[in-house]
Amino acid sequence: MNLDKTEPTAVPAAIELIGVSKSFGPVKANSDIHLRVAKGAIHGIVGENGAGKSTLMSILYGFYQADSGEIRVNGQPVRIRDSQEAIRLGIGMVHQHFMLVENFTVLENVLLGAEGGALLGKGKAEARAKLAELAREHGLEVDPDALISDLPVGAQQRVEILKALTRGAEILILDEPTGVLTPDEADQLFEVLRQLRAEGKTVLIITHKLREIMAITDAVSVMRQGRMVGTVRTAETSPEQLAEMMVGRRVLLKVEKGPANPGPAALTVENLTLRDGAGVERLKNVSLTVRRGEIVGIAGVAGNGQSELLEAIAGLRRPTSGRILLDGTPIPHDPRALREMRLAHIPEDRHKMGLVLKFETRENSILGYHLDHRYGGALFDRAAIEAECQSQMEAYDVRPPNSRLKTANFSGGNQQKIVLAREFERGPHALLIGQPTRGVDIGAIEFIHRRIIEMRDAGKAILLVSVELDEIRSLSDRVLVMFDGRIVGERSPEADERELGLLMAGVTGAGERGAA
Amino acid sequence: MSQPAARLPLWVDFGLIPLLNLVAAFAVAGLVVALIGENPLDVARIILYGAFGYGEGVGFTLFYATNFIFTGLAVAVAFHAGLFNIGGEGQAYIGGLGVALVALGLDPYLPWWLLAPLAVIGAALFGALWAWIPAVLQAKRGSHIVITTIMFNFIAASLMAWLLVDVLNPGAGSMSPGTRFFDAEAVPPRLSEILAPFGVDLGGSPANLALVAAVLAALGVWLLLWRTRLGYEIRALGHNSSAAAYAGVPIARVIIIAMLISGALAGMMALNPVLGDQGRLLLEFPGGAGFVGIAVALMGRSHPLGVIFAALLFGMLYQGGSELAFEKPSISRDMLILIQGLVILFSGALENLFRPALARIFAPRAA
Repeated sequence: MNLDKTEPTAVPAAIELIGVSKSFGPVKANSDIHLRVAKGAIHGIVGENGAGKSTLMSILYGFYQADSGEIRVNGQPVRIRDSQEAIRLGIGMVHQHFMLVENFTVLENVLLGAEGGALLGKGKAEARAKLAELAREHGLEVDPDALISDLPVGAQQRVEILKALTRGAEILILDEPTGVLTPDEADQLFEVLRQLRAEGKTVLIITHKLREIMAITDAVSVMRQGRMVGTVRTAETSPEQLAEMMVGRRVLLKVEKGPANPGPAALTVENLTLRDGAGVERLKNVSLTVRRGEIVGIAGVAGNGQSELLEAIAGLRRPTSGRILLDGTPIPHDPRALREMRLAHIPEDRHKMGLVLKFETRENSILGYHLDHRYGGALFDRAAIEAECQSQMEAYDVRPPNSRLKTANFSGGNQQKIVLAREFERGPHALLIGQPTRGVDIGAIEFIHRRIIEMRDAGKAILLVSVELDEIRSLSDRVLVMFDGRIVGERSPEADERELGLLMAGVTGAGERGAA
Repeated sequence: MSQPAARLPLWVDFGLIPLLNLVAAFAVAGLVVALIGENPLDVARIILYGAFGYGEGVGFTLFYATNFIFTGLAVAVAFHAGLFNIGGEGQAYIGGLGVALVALGLDPYLPWWLLAPLAVIGAALFGALWAWIPAVLQAKRGSHIVITTIMFNFIAASLMAWLLVDVLNPGAGSMSPGTRFFDAEAVPPRLSEILAPFGVDLGGSPANLALVAAVLAALGVWLLLWRTRLGYEIRALGHNSSAAAYAGVPIARVIIIAMLISGALAGMMALNPVLGDQGRLLLEFPGGAGFVGIAVALMGRSHPLGVIFAALLFGMLYQGGSELAFEKPSISRDMLILIQGLVILFSGALENLFRPALARIFAPRAA
């Protein structure tokens, strides 16, 4: 099963890494990595955040230099000093965050960095011909004169792939390619990748989504804590085995929960409309109800109004019109008063909003609750704050349990636990939860999901926003789909994934329309 | 994967790194001194002796340091709120007006120990007032505080020139733009007078009780920032304004309050020269102390204790520098400004020069 050494070496591998190591100061991001990627294969690399995947890819693309070890491309030892060198070797990269100039056209973006002289005319004509050729060969259709900012995310990603292919890429590296795609767009991407494989190109795909690995790859390598744990054939493995290899212990991928036992309505949103500073309508007449003891999930591709909805309810954005009621009372536009009404909010971005990373963790453990008289009079009662933080860290198994450590020094999963502990432990009645497991490792995901279910079973009303459709489906009791600032439908979490995917893409024709 | 932030032991972060930065600044300064044909060691000896070698020198060093503690604290408080208060100079200048108005109005009636607390209030109030308008403009209108506070420095300078020449000037017999002298009974005793009975000789130095006020202010700032809710909100705002909004911190109000405190601290600097030394309000008395405060806060890493040490260092450079200019005519006062500039360059702008190397040496080994 382990292919590291047994693979026949008659055909040189597209990429071979031999004992590659890379440290940042005292941190070993990659240590003694061995990897063989067969030519004409789709090869997956999985691992938790901080396992060293992105560092490894950056080494391949010339962003970082390995401290030691050897890289071979098509059997030839190479030194990749910068991305130009990588491109020359036929390596193309599609970054997680697209490297596109938004106010350029597709053609201009493809041209960027390969203008072919001071005047653009000749290069443009060549690039246009090349794009047409690629569109014919691979079915990668994009209007060359469209502005990037006008294209949907899936098409933008196609431009990134085209950029790599026009530069003659034979080996394509994709970093978390489906993070921003709808399930439908992801399927289209996989179709393109299979096509590329059929033409003999090699694809290296980095992701933390095991389902996608199983769907598309031929072989998969697992990384953990900067080391390569092993490489297996996809056909001979299972998501459970991969998860175990990633974490180093058995993990429960399925959330175990009983049926919901919903009570009276706790949180009601009526005809909420919100225009942002630029006058763009971010929320359009949104209405929803969350009852006690149920989890209502909002599915949708990032940027369709979910963030604005959460922030409007949390008192951080002032709605243009509409009402928000908590236990029948209209809520004030004041996060502090909302906390007193027992509405807790786990923000979508813990770094930008949920935590002050430079604070000691005990300071973060009272963020938002710092005016509470429990924490002292004119001066803080430091013993009380310390005790609070200790009990939170213990209840949520935060490691290391050091209340004086700066929060920035904790891992993503532990930072998220710090936020959850702060908001959950104060006995809220209603909870707004945004992206509870973004950038959190698998072991912590399991823990966080269990806690959210526990809160539901304790009779709290929970509104959950996540761009991970799997997470929405496995936690929610009801699923609302948001598209372009509207709620376009309600489905049961058992609904067909394809149907949900179509709704997320704004196709509302399919099936009956559920009212929210 | 992002570059992991290396953790360093506290003594390295707050002791060794500033020390290395300082040594580097002095090394470069020494090179310049050598270039103009003087012996750097000789120069260093003169500066050190001038600042600490004898009682009067120590007194002057403390006098200058007092100014810098106040203005350094002012900049530090604003820094913690994420605000860059460049207006310490103007706020100190207007603070001087507050001191002078209290003293001019009440010196016939009150002894110094009753007048001094009122002068403190006057200084703080007027300094805060001068920071208030830029603060409101920043909090409510988003006008950048750096621009507005710089402008307010100029406005303060013009306003004070007019007041000291045309309004508060006693006229007959006055050769310089300034107010009349305060009544001698209203001026607090100098440290040299207070300490003389204990055998401490500070000579004719102007160091006065404002030094005590400065140290108390440093203690107050420390308590404010790390022991009170307001300080917690100020720091949360400075580190991450979105998180502060999430936590329900009233952002506009905290911006204004932080700037009022900053302005009050800058204004209190005026106590030292106006009430404690000259006994009257003179044109351009702040003499750049407001700007030195920026360097002091940078070097002291915005921590009150760091500010006190940095203020002592700059006080030493000021006093030792005067002595140097006196002893070595080839070295002008501009050389001192050069050394100060280098200190600021190495401890502020090039703060991370030695950090990566030290991180490799001291950071705990990861597996």
